[in-house]
Amino acid sequence: MDALLTNAFASSLLTGAIMAGVPLLLAGLGEQMSEKAGVLNIGIEGMMLFGAYTGFLAAFTFDSLWLGFAGGIAGGMAVAGLMAVLCVRLGLNQIVIGIGLTLGAEGLTSLLHHFQFSRTYPRLPAPMRIDIPGLTDIPVIGPSVFGQHPVVYVALAMVLVMACLYRRTNLGLTLRAAGEKPAALDVAGGHVVAMRSAAVLFTGAMAGLGGAFLATVGAGVFIPHMTGGAGFIGIVLAMLARGRPAWVLIGALIFGAALSLTTALQVAGSNIPTDIIQMLPFAAVMLVLVIWGRKARLPAALGVSYERGAR
Amino acid sequence: MNAAKATADTGAAGLTTRPERGGAVRNLLMVTMGPIVAALVFSGVILLLLGVNPLTYYGFIVERGLFSSLGLQQTATRMAPLLFLAAGLIVAFRAGIWNLGVDGQFLLGAVAAAAFAPLLVGIWPNWLILTAGFVLAGAVGAAWSVLPALLKAYQGVNEIITTLMMTFLGISFSHVLVKLVFLDPATTVPQTRTLPVEDRLPRLFETNISSGLILGLVAVVAVHLMMTRTAFGLRLRTVGASPLAAAHAGLSVPRLTLAVFGLSAGFAGLAGAVAILGVEGNVRADWNPAFGLMVIPLVFLARLHGIGVIVLIFFYSAILIGSESAARKMGVPQDFTLVLVSNLLIFLALAEYLDHRRRQR
Amino acid sequence: MGVSSRQAQDLRPLPGAEVIGLVSVTKRFPGVVAVDAVSLSVRAGEIHVLLGENGAGKSTIVGMFAGLQEPDDGHLTAGGQRMRLTSPAASIAAGISTVFQHAMLVPTLTVFENLVLGDAWWHRPPRAEVAARVAGLQRDYGLTLPLDAITGELSLGEQQQIEIARALLRNARVLILDEATSMVTPAGAAELGARMRMLADRGLAVIFITHKLSEAFRFGDRITVLKQGRLAGEIAPGRLRTLDEAGAIDEMVRLMFGGGGRAVPVTPRTGQTRGAVRLSATDLATARTDDFAGLESITFEVASGEILGIAGIDGNGQKQLAEALAGQRPLTGGSIRIEGVDATCGLVADRRKAGLRYLTDDRLSEGSIGAFPVYLNTVLKEIGKPPFWRGGLERTSRIRDHARALIREYTVRTPAETTPIGHLSGGNIQKVILGRELSGTARIVVFNKPTYGLDMQNITAFRRRIREIADQGVAVILISTDLDELIELSDRIAVMEGGRLTGTVTNDPSQAEAMRLQIGRLMVAEDGPASVPA
Repeated sequence: MDALLTNAFASSLLTGAIMAGVPLLLAGLGEQMSEKAGVLNIGIEGMMLFGAYTGFLAAFTFDSLWLGFAGGIAGGMAVAGLMAVLCVRLGLNQIVIGIGLTLGAEGLTSLLHHFQFSRTYPRLPAPMRIDIPGLTDIPVIGPSVFGQHPVVYVALAMVLVMACLYRRTNLGLTLRAAGEKPAALDVAGGHVVAMRSAAVLFTGAMAGLGGAFLATVGAGVFIPHMTGGAGFIGIVLAMLARGRPAWVLIGALIFGAALSLTTALQVAGSNIPTDIIQMLPFAAVMLVLVIWGRKARLPAALGVSYERGAR
Repeated sequence: MNAAKATADTGAAGLTTRPERGGAVRNLLMVTMGPIVAALVFSGVILLLLGVNPLTYYGFIVERGLFSSLGLQQTATRMAPLLFLAAGLIVAFRAGIWNLGVDGQFLLGAVAAAAFAPLLVGIWPNWLILTAGFVLAGAVGAAWSVLPALLKAYQGVNEIITTLMMTFLGISFSHVLVKLVFLDPATTVPQTRTLPVEDRLPRLFETNISSGLILGLVAVVAVHLMMTRTAFGLRLRTVGASPLAAAHAGLSVPRLTLAVFGLSAGFAGLAGAVAILGVEGNVRADWNPAFGLMVIPLVFLARLHGIGVIVLIFFYSAILIGSESAARKMGVPQDFTLVLVSNLLIFLALAEYLDHRRRQR
Repeated sequence: MGVSSRQAQDLRPLPGAEVIGLVSVTKRFPGVVAVDAVSLSVRAGEIHVLLGENGAGKSTIVGMFAGLQEPDDGHLTAGGQRMRLTSPAASIAAGISTVFQHAMLVPTLTVFENLVLGDAWWHRPPRAEVAARVAGLQRDYGLTLPLDAITGELSLGEQQQIEIARALLRNARVLILDEATSMVTPAGAAELGARMRMLADRGLAVIFITHKLSEAFRFGDRITVLKQGRLAGEIAPGRLRTLDEAGAIDEMVRLMFGGGGRAVPVTPRTGQTRGAVRLSATDLATARTDDFAGLESITFEVASGEILGIAGIDGNGQKQLAEALAGQRPLTGGSIRIEGVDATCGLVADRRKAGLRYLTDDRLSEGSIGAFPVYLNTVLKEIGKPPFWRGGLERTSRIRDHARALIREYTVRTPAETTPIGHLSGGNIQKVILGRELSGTARIVVFNKPTYGLDMQNITAFRRRIREIADQGVAVILISTDLDELIELSDRIAVMEGGRLTGTVTNDPSQAEAMRLQIGRLMVAEDGPASVPA
């Protein structure tokens, strides 16, 4: 038990929380924009996984983490592009296509990995970390919070950027209109399909980045199905956050901390399976829905495709 | 939130159909066979790009899954849980309910049967153990849908979200149950107590096929008949087509909604029972074959029709069995079936869309 | 194109100059030609009325001006030049603002947000500017615009004002109002008319779409009449000024329906012998819901052979009353007696068995199931009952025979009884529903807006049917927002407002104007809830 109370342990716990939380944060922020615009993006798990693969592939091939992240974003956006064309443009059912894309990504990345890396299982070198001078000397939280990889800070910055964007510009209300009553937006001169497509592509980019982070910085290796539901948790975080990016951050941190804690406990010899922690966010959503029922506000047009002048 | 309803009358993409101009059968065939062929070809191209000869691969699967005696028997056995799942999905989809919680309901039903049955070997007669196992699994599956059912029936909360949440909860919960509560103390491998082979569902005649197959076929046929020929089935379909019209006609929409969830989730639980009591004998830790997710596109493709579903599940099971073997022999991971199913889903949605556009002209 | 960046048009067209127009425009949809080679010209400073019955093509023309559809043949013009409107954004850029029949505002946004909706997404909402201009609009046009209120919480009339304000903020040169008076009181309609006049006097071109003849006369400068997609005729301002209301209506009717003179008046019902009381409702009350306060102290009686009309602005509880009578909505208070027998505790099936039938106004989403075949729709309220079901199993041949008989009796036009009912036209769907409700022994029938959205032929046929039913001794409750229909058919007219019955008026067609005024006042409960002796 003493081992748990050292500074080093607390520090590693915090680091673990951030490592686990960042992909969730990115996924959650991405999904939040989709949902605001009225698209229930169930394919986000697939976007994340595909981004993890392309990110790893790019980082490994070009020996550069930055290109890895670019690759991850590209991979996520590729899958998102499919979703945008099929669901937003053509109007196919969002649930069916979302499941299809996720299954496809799972299968495809597993296949690709098998044929490319299954014999060698290459690892990436340890990622770089930025040490913010002065701040990293703070005990416990210093090294873990302020000595992280740049993408972590990018993710945190995104929270502020999104909050600003939603509240201060027309973007927020245009997205909300697209999600609540796309017909009203259309008639007012807005572009529903363009807005929703952009939102979906943004989700893909964020999810892809999160996946790439997971593979390159988090694990240093790609393992099939490695996202393990992170994308779905992103959906949950977005639904619970009621439109505020800050709440996505809080949710991601809490969940990351819980995951980190169970891992640490397991290492310390306890028997508690991570599955219990895995259950928490889903149980939280159910609780919210039970307590607030129909008043747990979701955009009215969520999941419904828009067709101008549909007869 | 009101995602498009996918009922037998409106198809997977949720589109209403307009009058046919003739050649209805040919049309149906195109919309059914088209996606299948497209998916096979597209997946074949992917194999080609990875350096695998798709014809060899498909040939191997067909030969192993359909034309070898052992493979065929395995195929037939594998069909059993899929058929029960399909029965549950047909009930739900025809009634307009998106029960995406089938995988969670399946696993919990499986765990219930696996935990319960081995304890009573030697104490109860075999037929009683099996029957009780089924009943328990069905009840547990149904119980896992109570929360989404109540939320939908009385609060109008969309069931896509609630059943998805419950499925993730259910999967994790089943892992926890296996690892912590029902762990078999006798072995080092984390799993539940094993039901001895002789106490499982009997085989058919001289073959290796589990009698679960018969049960599964009965389930699908019974559900199909119920939905198309009985008053109860019509009530469910009415609710599925239009809850407003159902209320107007004097039907109790909340009660029927609860009934749909109960039946659909119950069947998913039964699927878990037939998998354990018929084949597996126990539940290993972290076991999740994700059958439910796979059956969904097959059910759509068959337009929620009982016979169509049986045929498609047969072929899909053959592919599953064949690809398991191919993973060993040809080095193509079984995850390839995920790619195939995903293509099937997407091409199916596209085919329906094109069909819908064609009719509008 | 932003709200803040547009300068007020200094190049305002001279009054009388054409602002926009159609040149030989045709628009086809599957199975129907909605607009057939129509040409018209909309001029500045004029209130141009587009008149026609349902299905005449008015909405399609609005759709084209609003950028929602494009013509198949012909083209639009602006200031005499050819113009293409490929999207609503293009329409707005051309200076056209459309106020649709059903509010096109986002209910969860604030009034301010709805006003700036459509502006480029990277702009910051121009709060200060808009607030200043809004203050000006409130002053000049008497609009009330609470900028921070949630739009969904405002009344329909207030929402309409927001849409008009939005048009003005965009410096629209053309304002299109589509059936804008369908949701307001007679007084509210007059207010809208006055506002349109103000806007026209300032140089706007106003297009006012309606199917109400009296409004066309009262508010319009120029009237274009459409009939089945074609231009039936036009009454120019010069001519209109010389006509009085009766003469104008005469001419409009002649253009709309051809033939001579006014529509054949149906002899009003007078002094029919009343039978025994069939339905007696006492102190009915229902629970309040999210969008309605609930019924309160509803008391009335209907006798055999009598037609009780229920008037009122849409959304004042008529639908809830119908549902409460039918058993679809539970009562929180009061009682219902059917032919002396207490029926309060019954549900839909029980009331049906006691002889009460209900024809809903929503024939597509509630009254029928589009994907189901006609024959299933005819027994939708009898699922599981003999003779169509035995032991829970469906006896399809019996049902189909029953359906065929119904199709014959009500002259429903359908390829077969197995056709999905959604393929039939509105009028034929309504016939099937009517046949369904009247089958068996109907003792009381509640009609909710039965002729809404039907073409003239079907409307007349239905009104005749309703009379026949009453003549045969059925007690009829006729809920309608069409005062003409109520005056034509009812023996008494009760008025609903805010979930209560504000009064009942005995129908006397010779006093039509006075009755209209009184009903109008009762609709807004100006005279208080005191009931006029029936």
